[in-house]
Amino acid sequence: MNSTSAPAGSPVANVWEELVTAALLGTERRTPPGSAPGREAPVALLDAAAVETVRRRAGLRPGRAARRPEPAARDPRPPLPAAAARRLSMLLADRPGAGGGGRRGAAPDLMELLPQWLAAANTRGFAAPPEMLPALLDAARGRTDLRPAALAFAGQRAVWLARLNPEWRFALRATPGGGTALPAPEDTDSVQQLWQEGLFAERVALLAAIRAREPAAARDLLATTWATERAEDRLMFLDSLRTGLAAEDEPFLEQALSDRSRNVRATAAELLSALPGSALAARMAVRAGACVAVDHTGDAPALTVEAPHECDASMERDGVVPKAPAGRGERSWWFGQLVESTPLTTWSGRLGGRTPEEIVALPVADDWQSELHAAWCRAAVRQRDADWARALLGAPEAPEAGGPGAVSLAERAKLLGTLGSGERAEWVAGFISAHGLSEAFQLLGVCAVPWAAPLGRAVVDALNIARDAGSYPWSFSGVMGLAERCLDPSEVSRLDGLLAVPDETEDASPGAGGYWAEAFQRLVTTLRLRAAMTEELGAPLGRG
Amino acid sequence: MLALAPDASSRKAGSKLGAAGPWSEAGSCDEGTVWGLCKGSGSKPYQTVVDIADAAGPAYKCSCPSRKFPCKHALGLLLLWAGGDGVVTSAQPPDWAGEWIEGRRKRATEKRAAGAAGSSSGSGDPEAARRRAERRAERVTAGATELEQRLTDLVRGGLAGAEQAGYGLWEETAARMVDAQASGLAARVRELGAVPASGPGWPVRLLEECALLHLLDQGWLRREQLPEGLAATVRSRIGLSASPDGPPVRDRWLVLAQYDTADARLTTRRIWLYGAESTRTVLLLSYGAAGRAPELALPVGLALDAEVAAYPGAGQLRAALGEQFAPPVPATSRPPGVTPAQAADRYGTALRDDPWLDSVPVTLDRVVPTPDGDSWQLADADGDQALPLTPAARSRPGLWRLVALSGGAPVKVFGECGHRGFTPLTAWPEGPGEAVRLC
Repeated sequence: MNSTSAPAGSPVANVWEELVTAALLGTERRTPPGSAPGREAPVALLDAAAVETVRRRAGLRPGRAARRPEPAARDPRPPLPAAAARRLSMLLADRPGAGGGGRRGAAPDLMELLPQWLAAANTRGFAAPPEMLPALLDAARGRTDLRPAALAFAGQRAVWLARLNPEWRFALRATPGGGTALPAPEDTDSVQQLWQEGLFAERVALLAAIRAREPAAARDLLATTWATERAEDRLMFLDSLRTGLAAEDEPFLEQALSDRSRNVRATAAELLSALPGSALAARMAVRAGACVAVDHTGDAPALTVEAPHECDASMERDGVVPKAPAGRGERSWWFGQLVESTPLTTWSGRLGGRTPEEIVALPVADDWQSELHAAWCRAAVRQRDADWARALLGAPEAPEAGGPGAVSLAERAKLLGTLGSGERAEWVAGFISAHGLSEAFQLLGVCAVPWAAPLGRAVVDALNIARDAGSYPWSFSGVMGLAERCLDPSEVSRLDGLLAVPDETEDASPGAGGYWAEAFQRLVTTLRLRAAMTEELGAPLGRG
Repeated sequence: MLALAPDASSRKAGSKLGAAGPWSEAGSCDEGTVWGLCKGSGSKPYQTVVDIADAAGPAYKCSCPSRKFPCKHALGLLLLWAGGDGVVTSAQPPDWAGEWIEGRRKRATEKRAAGAAGSSSGSGDPEAARRRAERRAERVTAGATELEQRLTDLVRGGLAGAEQAGYGLWEETAARMVDAQASGLAARVRELGAVPASGPGWPVRLLEECALLHLLDQGWLRREQLPEGLAATVRSRIGLSASPDGPPVRDRWLVLAQYDTADARLTTRRIWLYGAESTRTVLLLSYGAAGRAPELALPVGLALDAEVAAYPGAGQLRAALGEQFAPPVPATSRPPGVTPAQAADRYGTALRDDPWLDSVPVTLDRVVPTPDGDSWQLADADGDQALPLTPAARSRPGLWRLVALSGGAPVKVFGECGHRGFTPLTAWPEGPGEAVRLC
C-alpha cells in the first residue's frame, strides 16, 4: 500500500527514519532515538523498531486510484458452450514449451487442432471467454499462421488487451487501424480526412477496407493523391488493387506503367497481365505469338520457339525485366516473361484451333518444352484458367506425373489451386493411388479440409500399403500429421482394422509394426477428438 | 479436474488421455469409483482406479511406473468420466479395481475408529509426553536466545554490513534454528538473507523483518506472561506443531482459492474456504514431498458441506477439514466483498491479534484492475482509492487473466491483502460467470 497515516515529515515518520539510519550505521556509531548509548542500545532499537513496524503496517491506507482504463467494447457474440470452453482451455494448455516434448506416442497433438477449433468457433460466431484471451494471444504470438483466426475469435477485447501489454503488439498491427474503428465508406468526409492525414498503416487499412466493398471508390481515392505519394507508398497502395481486380482498373494501371519507379511499373504490368482483355495483355500476345509456331514439316506437327532477340523499350515499359538472373540466357528469360503475360485464350486461335490439351500434347522442338510449359503454368495460375490448368496437370495416373516432368510439384500444387475443391481432391486421390505418398505432401496441402471421401480413402489405403511395405511410420510423419488434421472424422470406422500390431514379416524394419499401430491409434484418437470438438460447438449458425 | 495435476506436464499428458482412444473396459459405480484400462507403450494395459468418494479428496491407483501422483492415466480417466460421452459406463467394478477399493475403505474406517479412540485416551504416557515437550521448549529457548544475540550484534555493527556478509551467514543461522527445532524461526531467518539483494529500500525492509523476528523471540522468551491466545500464536509462528482444537464448524464452504508453493524439500498447498453461513474464512494447509502434489485437492468454484476445526492461536485462520457430508457441488453463490479502504482496515485490525501477519484474505467488490506506471492496482469502481498489487503478483500470468476478465469493467476479486500490497487469487465477472483462477 502506498501511504501510511502519518505523512512524511511528521514527528512520527522522523522517528522511523532515525531508527533506520541508526540501524544501518550501527548503534556503535549512532545512538538510536530515545535510548542511552551502551550495551542495551541494540535491544532498545529493535524494541522501538518492532513497535514502529507494526504501527506503520496497521496504519497503511489505500493509495489514490490511477486513471482507469477505457472499458473494452462489449462483445455481442454469444458465449461458448461450457464443454467447448473447457476444450479450448485444454487445447491452449498443450502449448509447446509447457513441459513434455520428445516423441508423441499415441497421444494426439492438441496444439495442431487449435486452428480447426478456431475456424469452427468463428463460423458459429461465438465470443471468446475473456479469461482465456491471454493464453490465446500467447499462442498466436508464437505462431503467425494462427493469428488471423485467433484474433477474429478473440475480438475487440484482445485489441484492448494488446494495448496494455507490449508482448501482444502484433494484435494491434494485425487489426486495421490498430483497433481504432475505420470510418464507413459512405462517410466521405471522414474517409478523406483519414486518407489525407492518417498514418501509413491506417491509410493502407482504409484503402483495403474500401477496396473490399467498393473497388472503384478505392481506386478513385488513390487517384486523388497518387502524384504526391512516395515511391514505396505507391507500391503498397498499388498492391492493394489486387483485391477485386477488374477491367475498370485498366486505365489507372496503364497510366502507372509510366511511373517513375521501376517497382511500381513492374507491379502495374503484372496486374494488367492478369486482365486478359487489357491492351497490355494484347500487346504481350502479339509478341509471344511471334515466337511460337506450329511446324508441319516433320512426321507429326510440333511447336517451334524463336525467342526474342532483344528487349526493346516498349517491352520494358510493359514490365519485361531486361536483365536475366545469373545462369539464365537473356532470350529465354524474355521469352518466359512474354508467355506468362499472354492471355492463354489467344493460343488456341494462334495454333490452329487446338484445345489446351492438344496444345500441351504437342512436342516442342529444341529443348524449349520446359521453358514454354513452365511459362504457361505461371500464366494459368495468374489468370486462374482452369481449362489450361487441367491440361497442364495432365492425368494424375500419368507416369510423368510422379517423376521429374516439365511441371514440378510446386507448380502442380499451384495449378490445383485454380480448380474446384471437388476436382482438386479427385486429382490428388488419383495421384496418390498411382504414385503413393512420398511426393503427395505438397499436393495434399492445397486440398479442402475435411478431405473429400475419395481422397481420404486414397490416403488411408496408401498408408496401409506403406505399412505393409515395412518402412517406419516417421517416413510419413508429414502426411500422418495432415491426415490427423484433415481426414473427415466420419471415416474413423475405416481405421479400426489398422490399430492392431501386425505380425512382423521378415523384410520389415524391426519394431515398425508397433510404431504403425501407435501412429494409427493417434490418428483415430485425434479424429475422435475432432468429432467431439465439433459436436461441443453445436451446429453452425446462419450469420445475422 | 486438471487442477488435480501435480505439474504442467502431467496436466498436458492427462488432458491428452482424456479421450476414448486408449481406454477400454472403463466404468464407474455409484459409490464414487471410476476405473479403466489404458493402453500404454507396453503390451499390458495399465489398470487405473480413482476413488472420489473419500472426504479427504480423491485417491488414485495405477499400475503404471510413473512416480507422479496422480499420474496422467488417473487424470485422463477422470477427464474421460467428467466428459460423460458414454465411454465410461455404469457397472460393477472388476476384481482388480474392487479389491483395492475395498481395502481402502476398510483402512479408512479403521483409521477413523483409531482416531476417535486416540483423541479420548491421549497418546501414550502423558508424563513422557510432558517431558518431551519440556526438552523441546528448552531447545527452542536456546535457539531464540542465540538468535537474539545475532540480531543485536547485527544492529550494533550496522545493517550496512549485512549487505557484504551475504547469504551464507543467514543460511548458517537458519541451520542453527532448524537444530533448535524452531522451523518458523528458521524460515524467517532464511528470508532475511534475501532482503539485502531485493532492490532499493532494502534497509527499511531488513529492519522491519529483524524487528519482527526480535518481537517473536521476545514473545517466546516471555510466553508465560502472554494471554493464552497470543501465546498460542507465538508457538505456531515459532514452528511448534499443534493440533486443531476448535469446535467443528459445519457450513457450506466455498472453495475460494487453491495454490501451491514449492521449495526444494516441500510442496505447500493453501486452500482458502469461505463459510456461507458462518461468514468465516479459513485456510487449509496440506503438504507433499518435493515434486508430488499434496493429496488434498479442492478445485476453485466448488462448495462442500463439511465440518472444519480451527487450529489454536489468536488471529490464526488455519483449520483442518473434518467430515464431509456430501460430495462437493458447484458453488452457486459468491463471497460478499468490501472496498479497498475496508480491506486495508481489515489487515490493520488483524495485526492486533497477530503482529507477524503478512496478509489477510479479503474479497474486494467492484474493483477495476488499473495500470499505474509499470505497476498495477485494483481501483475502487465507485471511489478514488486503490490497492497496489504486490510485486510478485505483477509478474504472474494470472494478472493478465484478471485484466482480460475485467476489460476495464468492475470485477469481484478474492486475494490476500497485506503490507506488500494485494495478491489476487480468484476473480468473478460482474455479470454471470464462473470463478476464474488467477494463481
